[in-house]
Amino acid sequence: MKKLMRSEGTYSFLSSLIAIVIGILLGFIVLLIANPGQAFNGLIAIIKGGFGSMRDIGQTLYNATPIIMTGLSVGFANKCGLFNIGGPGQFIVGGYVAVYIGVEWTFLPGFTHWAVALIGAVVAGAIWGAVPGILKALANVNEVITCIMMNYIGMSFVNMMVRRTIYDSLKNQSKPPAATAILPKAGMDKIFESGGAPSSANAGFIIAVLVGILVWIVVSKTKFGFELKACGLNRDAAKYAGINEKKSIILSMVIAGSLAALGGALLFLAGAGRGIHVEDVLMAEGFNGIPVALLGMSNPIAIIFSGLFIAHLTMGGFNMQLFGFVPQVIDIITSVIIYFSAFSLFFRQMLQGKNRRRRVEASVTAGIEETRGPAEDEPPLPGEKPPAQKGRGGDGE
Amino acid sequence: MNTLIFLVQQMMMFSIPLMVVALGGLFSERSGIVNIGLEGTMIFGAFLSILFISNMQGTIPGQPVLLLGILIAAVAGVVISLPHAFASINMKANQVISGTAINMFAPAFAIFTARMVQPSTAQQVPFINQFRIEKVPLLGDIPIIGPMVFQNAYITTYIGIAILVVSWLVLYKTKFGLRLRACGEHPQAADSVGINVYKMRWLGVIISGVLAGVGGLIFIIPTTTSFNASVAGYGFLALAVLIFGQWRPWRVAFAAFFFGFMKTVASAYSTIPLLASSNIPSDIYKMLPYIATLVVLAFTARRSQAPKASGIPYDAGGR
Repeated sequence: MKKLMRSEGTYSFLSSLIAIVIGILLGFIVLLIANPGQAFNGLIAIIKGGFGSMRDIGQTLYNATPIIMTGLSVGFANKCGLFNIGGPGQFIVGGYVAVYIGVEWTFLPGFTHWAVALIGAVVAGAIWGAVPGILKALANVNEVITCIMMNYIGMSFVNMMVRRTIYDSLKNQSKPPAATAILPKAGMDKIFESGGAPSSANAGFIIAVLVGILVWIVVSKTKFGFELKACGLNRDAAKYAGINEKKSIILSMVIAGSLAALGGALLFLAGAGRGIHVEDVLMAEGFNGIPVALLGMSNPIAIIFSGLFIAHLTMGGFNMQLFGFVPQVIDIITSVIIYFSAFSLFFRQMLQGKNRRRRVEASVTAGIEETRGPAEDEPPLPGEKPPAQKGRGGDGE
Repeated sequence: MNTLIFLVQQMMMFSIPLMVVALGGLFSERSGIVNIGLEGTMIFGAFLSILFISNMQGTIPGQPVLLLGILIAAVAGVVISLPHAFASINMKANQVISGTAINMFAPAFAIFTARMVQPSTAQQVPFINQFRIEKVPLLGDIPIIGPMVFQNAYITTYIGIAILVVSWLVLYKTKFGLRLRACGEHPQAADSVGINVYKMRWLGVIISGVLAGVGGLIFIIPTTTSFNASVAGYGFLALAVLIFGQWRPWRVAFAAFFFGFMKTVASAYSTIPLLASSNIPSDIYKMLPYIATLVVLAFTARRSQAPKASGIPYDAGGR
């Protein structure tokens, strides 16, 4: 038990927890400034999040799915030392391909329809991630700038393609996918409903969790994952050890792209009636993966939980409007949490500091007793004072 | 010819803010700190200054209120950059994290405060655009350049160009600039000759805050009449411009004008007879500057001249 308490993972978790507490406290101060009377109610609403009703819990799961996927995308690229800021581009491209297959490929039977749509999205995301990956590996182009470019190219490209292929001109968005392409509810609409109105929760969340576990297995338990991490820590050392670092970089971005694109597919095929809007706006879910990954310290399992947590806060913010607060307070709280999560190393050292001092003192005392023991049996060398008698307070050696 | 003049005038409105913000990023990265939070800084600076302008337009006349707004935008930019500087320099934290936090915080703060402070909880901050200069007295009459640069312009355009020249002078012709650049290339070596690396990096981030905040205001003034907590991703684009410009002021300016020109063609292509008759959809034009950037980078990035120590927390004990 003690070993668990002192492990690296626990310290990371505790430091994230400290960041979260500070963030919520500061949010509470903001609430007090805005509307002192209702501030406490607002705080309770935020902390309760989606736990008010079963339907709200379902909505939390629905909201969490896309940001878990984009969070996994950013976290996975991070393992290889790359910063995948191309989430929005990969997300929307994957969403488009999935919706297109959903709308047009109605010749596919039953469950294969949505499965093929998801696969299509993964392929699209792989291509979208491959471009920054290849440019970085082969031409040493900074992946931040290529990802930003691909974001805008993706946005305009999808706008153009939606307008040409699956356009609903009345609502200025994409047409709804066929019923066979919508992700199955997996019974979640029966569990997460209240008052006869089901939430939008569906199998997408289960898929996201499974993918998260899969990513964790790949990163921690496979040779490929090891090569990625080696590449991320020291590209030249990895090359010296015989790892093909170019291949690692390209594959890392390809997989990161597919993860984000899968997130887009899971969002638009969720059956919540959300279509791809044709407008020059980068999708926020794409960027929201960054805070999720940062809070989860790029650990896939932790990312699942941090995605749920941020979705939980978002739900709380939505409910907080009841008390007259603007939901942007949630973004303020999230940004403060992110900021303080940067101090995690500092918090960790602070927490470990007390432990470390105790351990250091114990080992020093043990070392002194070890050396003092045998030395008392040997006769003192000529000119040297005899060793101090047993029982402290000798002649001040 | 008239179309070209119109295009150049439009291009100025896109390029100047992009250049100013990119120069801000340049000062920060040259001192060794990566500032991803340029977008958030733009929004924060623009918000506070537009709020000021919107409320004081009645009492203070035309251009002076804009100049005061610029001052407020500069101060706002510094204020929001302070946490980033503290986390990156003193706490040696991951510089991407604090930058991302600023990007999330600024629009949320802008919307929240706007709804709290403005009557009828309006989210957008409207203002009257009384700052357009129809024609600069003498310079506007110069044959070709006159209409392009000195008519239908804003004072912020000239301030932007002045910032470019001053940036180049400071970075390459002063002692301070040399020391700043040293901190971004090899901070341990700079420390060994007595330069206070922490102070230099703080100054680098503060300057980037000033320029990004002012850049936000410069962007909003010509492009809209009400501010809605968004700068259309310009902060990220400025990062791209910075990298494209290889961290050198004049190249950054060139990159900013290249981008601005392509963006202008994309949005105003219907006024160019040749392009309007071909049936290329407008989305292709919108993608063009970005694709062009990718192509150019693919060929030139091998000789990237990024500041060597940029993004790495300063470890005084290192070699």
